[in-house]
Amino acid sequence: MDNSGQAGNASQWRDALFKISTLGSAIFILGLLAFMVLVLVIYAWPSITKFGFKFLVSTEWNPVVGEFGALTTIVGTLVSAALAIMIAVPLAIGVAFFLTELAPLPLRPVFGTAIELLAAVPSIIYGMWGLFTLAPLMGDYVEPWLEEHFGFIPLFSGPPMGIGMLTAGIVLAIMILPFISSVLRDVFKMTPQVLKESAYGLGATTSEVLWHVVIPYGRRGAVGGIFLGLGRALGETMAVTFVIGNAHELSWSLFSPANTIASTLANEFTEASDDLYLSALVELGLVLFLITFVVLGVAEWWLQKSAPKGKGA
Amino acid sequence: MFLPPEIPVKVKVRNLNFYYGKMQALFDNNLDIAENHVTAFIGPSGCGKSTHIRTYNRMYSLYPDHRAEGEVILDGKNVLDDDVDLIDLRTRVGMVFQKPTPFPMSVYDNVAYGIRLKAKFSKKELDARVEKALKDAALWDEVKDHLNALGTDLSGGQQQRLCIARAIAVEPEVILMDEPCSALDPVATYKIEDLIRRLKQRFTIVIVTHNMQQAARISDYTAFFYMGRTVEFGATDILFTKPEKKETEDYITGRFG
Repeated sequence: MDNSGQAGNASQWRDALFKISTLGSAIFILGLLAFMVLVLVIYAWPSITKFGFKFLVSTEWNPVVGEFGALTTIVGTLVSAALAIMIAVPLAIGVAFFLTELAPLPLRPVFGTAIELLAAVPSIIYGMWGLFTLAPLMGDYVEPWLEEHFGFIPLFSGPPMGIGMLTAGIVLAIMILPFISSVLRDVFKMTPQVLKESAYGLGATTSEVLWHVVIPYGRRGAVGGIFLGLGRALGETMAVTFVIGNAHELSWSLFSPANTIASTLANEFTEASDDLYLSALVELGLVLFLITFVVLGVAEWWLQKSAPKGKGA
Repeated sequence: MFLPPEIPVKVKVRNLNFYYGKMQALFDNNLDIAENHVTAFIGPSGCGKSTHIRTYNRMYSLYPDHRAEGEVILDGKNVLDDDVDLIDLRTRVGMVFQKPTPFPMSVYDNVAYGIRLKAKFSKKELDARVEKALKDAALWDEVKDHLNALGTDLSGGQQQRLCIARAIAVEPEVILMDEPCSALDPVATYKIEDLIRRLKQRFTIVIVTHNMQQAARISDYTAFFYMGRTVEFGATDILFTKPEKKETEDYITGRFG
C-alpha cells in the first residue's frame, strides 16, 4: 500500500514537473515576442510621436531634412514578396509532384537532396550571384524582351536596368523555392495511395489526380508551407539588398530600382547619424513585424474560412 | 479453370505472371470471368488475390517496378499490351477498395467526379446521372437532402456505398471490389452484399473477400488462390460443397488460412 502510494506520488510529481516545464517553454516564447515588440516600440517612439500615422502613407524619405515615410519600403516589401510567391509556387508544385510521383525511383533521393542543398546556400551568395550574373542577364535580355512584348502594361515598361524589383523578386523566388517544394513534397507524400488510386481508377490522368486529389487533400499543409516561404521572402535582407537598387521611389515599373524594409535597414543602419533617423529605421522594423503578423493572421483566417464545412478533413 | 462454352466470358486470364521487382507474386494464373455474374476470389492473406485483380485495370502500372506477363483478355483485347489506353481501360473497369476512399469533396462532387472526367454534361443531365448512381448504390434516400455535405463525413458503410456509386456512375463494364466489406459492420456489409446481387444484372463483378460465407452468399463462381496460384475455379455451390483439390478443402473447412 505504502509503496504503491509513493510510486503514485513520484509519477504525479514527474507529470507536474513535465507540465510546468512545457508551459514554461511556451510562456518563454510569448514573453520573448512581447519583449521584442516592446523594445522596438521604445526605440521607435520618437519617430512614432513625430510622424504618427503619416509615417505609413508618406513616400518622403529624406534623412537630410529629417522627413521619414515608410510607404516606398512597405510597397517594395509586399511587391517583391508577392512576385517571389507567384514565381515560386507553381514551380514548387511541379518540383514536388515530380519528386513524389513521376521521377524514376533511383533519381528521387538525388533530386531531393539537390533541392535541399539549394536551401543551404547562404543568402549573400544568392545576392552576389544575383548582382553579377542575373542582373546583367535581366537588363540585357529579359527586360528588353518583356518591354517589347508586354510594354503596354505599365509593369513592364521603363528603362531595363537589370537591378530592380523584378530581379529581386526572381532571386527571392529561387531562395524560397527549395523551402516550399520540400514542404509540398512532404505534404504530397501524405496523400493516401489508395485515394490516388481511386481517382486513377475512374480514368483520371496524372495531372487530374494532382489537381483534384493530391492538392485538395494536402491543402492545409501546402498553404502552411507557402506562407512560411512568404514569411522568409518578406524578411530576406542580404540578397535583396544586392539586387533591388535601393531607391526610395514608387514606380509602376517592375524594372525600376526599389527598396524593401529589410534592405533599407541593412543599407542605412550604419549611416543613421541622428536619433530621429535611427528611430525611423527601428519603426520600419516594427512595421515589418506587423506585416508578417498580418500576413500570417490572414493565412490562418483564410484557412479557417475556406475549410470544407463539416467535422471531417 | 475455365467456364463451360455456353457461358459468355467477359475476361479471360491466361498464364498470368506478376512480379514486384524481382519477387514473383503470381504464377501462371488461368481463369474465366463470366459476364454479368459475380465471381469471388478467396484465399489466405498474401495469396495474390488483390495482385491478380489489379492487373484487370492495370492499376499496377502506376508503380515502376511492378510488372505483369501473360494475357488478361477483356472483350478480345489483351489489356496488358503496351498500346492499351489506360484512361479508357479504367473507365471500363471500375474499382472499389478495401477502405472507403471518398475524395475530400461533397457527396455530389464525389459521384460526379468520374462523369465529369469522361465528358461534359449539362447541369441537368449531370444531376440526373448522379441521382441514378446514388439510387443504384442504395444511398439516395440517405443523402438526397445533403448532397453538399462532405463525402468524408458519412458513416463508413455510407462512404463505401458512395464509392460504389462513384464507380458505377461512369457506367463501367466490370467492377473490381477488393474486400469492400472488411472495414464495415454486419449491417453495412449486408447492404453492400444486397447491392452487389442487384448490380450484377448490369455489371460483371469480381470481388476479393476474406469472408468465405460472403463468397458463398453472393457469388456465382469462385476461384481459390493459394501461394500466387489459381488452385481451383468453378461454380460457387460446387466449389464449396465438393472441392476437387485438397488445399481448397482444407481452406474452406478452416484447417488453415
